[in-house]
Amino acid sequence: MTYQKRDGWSILGDRTRRAIVECLAERPMAVVELAEKLPVSRPAVSQHLKMLKGAGLVAERSSGTRRIYRLNPIAVEALRDQLDTFWSRALAGYDDLVEQTKEAKT
Amino acid sequence: MTDVPTAVVQRQMVVDAPIEQAFTVFTGRLGDFKPPEHNMLGSPIAETVFETHVGGHIYDRGVDGTECRWARVLAFDPPNRVMFSWDISPQWQIESDPDHTSEVEVRFIAESPQRTRVELEHRHLDRHGPGWESLSDGVAGDQGWPLYLARYAALMSETR
Repeated sequence: MTYQKRDGWSILGDRTRRAIVECLAERPMAVVELAEKLPVSRPAVSQHLKMLKGAGLVAERSSGTRRIYRLNPIAVEALRDQLDTFWSRALAGYDDLVEQTKEAKT
Repeated sequence: MTDVPTAVVQRQMVVDAPIEQAFTVFTGRLGDFKPPEHNMLGSPIAETVFETHVGGHIYDRGVDGTECRWARVLAFDPPNRVMFSWDISPQWQIESDPDHTSEVEVRFIAESPQRTRVELEHRHLDRHGPGWESLSDGVAGDQGWPLYLARYAALMSETR
């Protein structure tokens, strides 16, 4: 499926998909609820959700006969990324400083 | 919420120094080795203070005298271990709700009298929340998306 290869930029370039993400940012919702809130049909909402899911932005779970969609906690991964870089740089600086401290002593 | 496997950062390294020195440099000179661009103060950082007792804080003091307390000291066991909270949100702002903060533990293990292994674990990152809350406020204007998408795009390019 080609849309799985598309990145977040193009996926979120669409106004309806951004509106879906905004709705799901408030709370997880079923397709019906999303269709009620947005000026698009249920099949259209489903299609957009499929793309959002393909891009890893949205996850679904079943609740009875309904499928509930929610946003993936991608930001946790983004945060991890950011902190991984932070600590990697901090520890490199730490290593240098330990060396300097040692040189200063000897 | 179930455990998110990506919600932890683990790093370790061996430094060429006795355990006491490794510990002292880490806690005493954190301000000298942490990346300088991460500054939540309005002015340049004059010093970073690591208070050496449980219940204390780690804070940056700006050259204009303002302070920014960004961590609470949770454990201080020289020269073996130190643990502190990470009261900084994904938007790099001070997080005042302790339930939405993560935790950093640093362990120092003597490999020899002259070599020390330093193990760092920054965990419970998911406690900061998925970060979408700020999105719902931010997306109304154009301010929210560029920041968010840039982060997202960076993530995707790395995981691919």
